[in-house]
Amino acid sequence: MQDSNNILKEVTAGEYKYGFVSNIETETIHRGLDEETVRIISAKKNEPEWLLEFRLKAYRHWLTMEQPDWAHLNIPPIDYQDIIYYAAPKAKDKPKSLDEVDPELLKTFDKLGIPLEEQKVLSGMAVDAVMDSVSVKTTFKESLAEKGIIFCSFSEAVQHYPDLVQKYLGKVVNYRDNFFAALNSAVFSDGSFVYIPKGVRCPMELSTYFRINTANTGQFERTLIVADDDAYVSYLEGCTAPMRDDNQLHAAIVEIIANERAEVKYSTVQNWYPGDKNGKGGIYNFVTKRGLCKGDHSKISWTQVETGSAITWKYPSCILAGDNSVGEFYSVAVTNNYQQADTGTKMIHIGRNTRSTIVSKGISAGHSQNSYRGLVKISPQAEGARNHSQCDSLLLSQTCGAHTFPYTDIQNETAVIEHEATTSKISEEQLFYCQQRGISTEEAVGLIVNGYAREVMNKLPMEFAVEAQKLLNISLEGSVG
Amino acid sequence: MKTEQQYIDLFTQYEDLICKNSSPVMNAPRAEAFAAFERNGFPSLKSEDYKYTDVQKAFAPDYGLNLNRLYIPVNPYDVFRCDVPNLSTSLYFMVNDIFYDKALPKGHLPEGVYAGSLKVFTERYPQIAAQYYAHAALPDANDPIVPLNTMLAQDGFVLYVPKNIAVERTIQLVNIFRGDKDMMANRRILVIIEPGATARMLVCDHSIDDVKFLGTQVVEAFIGEGASFDYYDLEESNSSTMRFSSFFLKQAANTNVVVNGITLTNGLSCNNYYVSLDGENGEISLCGMSVLDKEQHLDTHTLIQHHVPHCKSNELFKYVLNDRAIGAFSGRIWVKEGADKTEAYQTNRNLCATRETRMYSKPQLEIYADDVKCSHGMTTGQLDENAMFYMRSRGIPPEEARMLLSVAFTSDVIEHIRIPALKDRLHNLVEKRFRGELAKCEGCRICK
Repeated sequence: MQDSNNILKEVTAGEYKYGFVSNIETETIHRGLDEETVRIISAKKNEPEWLLEFRLKAYRHWLTMEQPDWAHLNIPPIDYQDIIYYAAPKAKDKPKSLDEVDPELLKTFDKLGIPLEEQKVLSGMAVDAVMDSVSVKTTFKESLAEKGIIFCSFSEAVQHYPDLVQKYLGKVVNYRDNFFAALNSAVFSDGSFVYIPKGVRCPMELSTYFRINTANTGQFERTLIVADDDAYVSYLEGCTAPMRDDNQLHAAIVEIIANERAEVKYSTVQNWYPGDKNGKGGIYNFVTKRGLCKGDHSKISWTQVETGSAITWKYPSCILAGDNSVGEFYSVAVTNNYQQADTGTKMIHIGRNTRSTIVSKGISAGHSQNSYRGLVKISPQAEGARNHSQCDSLLLSQTCGAHTFPYTDIQNETAVIEHEATTSKISEEQLFYCQQRGISTEEAVGLIVNGYAREVMNKLPMEFAVEAQKLLNISLEGSVG
Repeated sequence: MKTEQQYIDLFTQYEDLICKNSSPVMNAPRAEAFAAFERNGFPSLKSEDYKYTDVQKAFAPDYGLNLNRLYIPVNPYDVFRCDVPNLSTSLYFMVNDIFYDKALPKGHLPEGVYAGSLKVFTERYPQIAAQYYAHAALPDANDPIVPLNTMLAQDGFVLYVPKNIAVERTIQLVNIFRGDKDMMANRRILVIIEPGATARMLVCDHSIDDVKFLGTQVVEAFIGEGASFDYYDLEESNSSTMRFSSFFLKQAANTNVVVNGITLTNGLSCNNYYVSLDGENGEISLCGMSVLDKEQHLDTHTLIQHHVPHCKSNELFKYVLNDRAIGAFSGRIWVKEGADKTEAYQTNRNLCATRETRMYSKPQLEIYADDVKCSHGMTTGQLDENAMFYMRSRGIPPEEARMLLSVAFTSDVIEHIRIPALKDRLHNLVEKRFRGELAKCEGCRICK
């Protein structure tokens, strides 16, 4: 027991692997938030009038709101006037080829292992890398364009496809939705835009990488994915941030729209800086992600591996409006040291015969607090709705906490809803069995944790699954893996 | 005007009268409770725990209060005949919030056991009473009913069982709501089971008039080391009765407690259960079952706190909803850091029969210890079509088949009851309830 205690203590030894600062010239604006800030951001991005209006409406609404405090989180007060709301790599002439891209930037991406360079073509991914707030370079755009797929940075989309953006922006996450959504709608600086036309199956996995680089900047990116009738796309998102002592705010919005028979698969590996062993620093990750299954037989699937951030407040949700639409949510959330996570999903059943599945696996270690919070809502007209939720928590230390707060609102008698949750530590029998066969305690814990999370890991695309597995091991380094 | 204001005015104006008709022990925490009530008031629909029950609306009308403790002319034996066959109990009555002392059971109780009026008990044994009264339900508790009840309650029921005494006979307390105009009653129940003692208690609620009743009830139960206690609560009031009940249970080491709350007929009920496991090897089985139809409304909150290692809790709540009934369940298991080897299980299952029913369920776990086994499960749905088909293919009419399956669905809650005769009686009552026959009992006024 002593042995395993020591090992579990070492859980805290896992240090952040992605902590480095790239010295790239960045252009920032003044600290603080007022109408002027919103106008400057909009002007810098050369935005049309309607978008500025949208931002200003959001900003004015944000002023009337208060930061929510219902989550099982201890959020130190955030001074919204002490944040730089816009930071971009300094605008030089647009690079025409990779050779012209700032070598420092390329190095950063090398460190991140982003397949931005030629050789990465082989891996078959199209990457839109967002550093701080501006999308730097999008690969593969041409080959996607042949199929009619639009995959570009949000600001580019605003310039080139204003009709599409205007049609879908804010349709799933209204700027009034919540405090952080309003904030994002006012000051979002960039993000990704994806449009898959009718009947097109996106031939490769689309991917973005978010990275917060400048100190004291919040990253407010906005992703909009539209899959038209019969379309399919799998989208990957990865996030890192360098080590910094100040907490950095990240309030993003992701909106997904799936039309008739369309399918969108959204996978995230979130690895923002979680703060050091004593809970100093780290990213506040307050994200609103929501998908709308607008058409009949449409499907949206969220898969997330959450290992980073000091505080996570995130509920990727599905609105199942179309008949026979399907929503899925698979999540592994790992918290260590003093991390806090309050994450889960909302499944809102509106159409007939809609189905949803929730699988959430929480792993807490150190002094961390890990909560699952989810809502399953069946509206009166949602005939024959079906939901199954499973939330398991694994506790790796005596000082951590694991909590489950599932909500269900049932307004239709034909619904069948199930929720199951368990909380336990690693079974001593399983550990003993492994040790008996000559596997060290450390390896055994790694095996068991990986086995525990497998159900979710299996849902990740191949490229991500490998990375996610590594991340899981790094997050619990010392004892696990 | 704020809903709270009339109660604040009432207390300020009649404090002396309330105190005069009560006892010093019960008067002691009133000021603190009043301050807490003034501070917190009633929760609004925005409050996380009272989202589904409009407390302010329930308390807004002007109810009459019997602060002068006037005698209400009613002979409970005339109105109450629904006794449990094959079970002889020590039967006590409360009319609204007054203990009925005109007819007391004689010679049933072992020596030293006290069952009766809380006011009398607190006057006669102030030292014992002061050790317990308002010690579990703290006057400024985070519960909207406790402060209000503590400041207004004048009487109630007490069960005191001294060390190592086993009370064989079940103590039955029948609460009768009686009034000629809209009435409010603030009832208080105190249960003290000293170490090594055993007792069982059955509490039934009835309303016999068609005026509006609003009841608040605070139950405090203290279970000493090695003691065992059963508490069964049966609600059979009517659609114009609202009840807000808060049950506080404190368990010492090696205790074994069963709490079972059954709601068959009511208007609006809000039942809160707070269980605190303070000694090792404590065991609690907390169950509830309800059959709701028409506009019935039931909101249950439970909080089980595991403060020490090696305790076990088992929670099971089942709802059957029909017509426009509303059910809400919010359960929380809280395990303190270091409370290792805790076993805590929570299950909530619900059947919805029509489109207009609403079921809100929120089973929660909050765990700060690592060596625990905790789980919760929740399902909401309708009767299994295959089972229905099976029964119909054997010639059972659909109504009958539905009834049989519903009875089977609820029967495992009744199985947790540890008094066989009561179990049979409840099986019977529930079946009758499903048949819609409960209002046709033989003879007595309640079941006229």
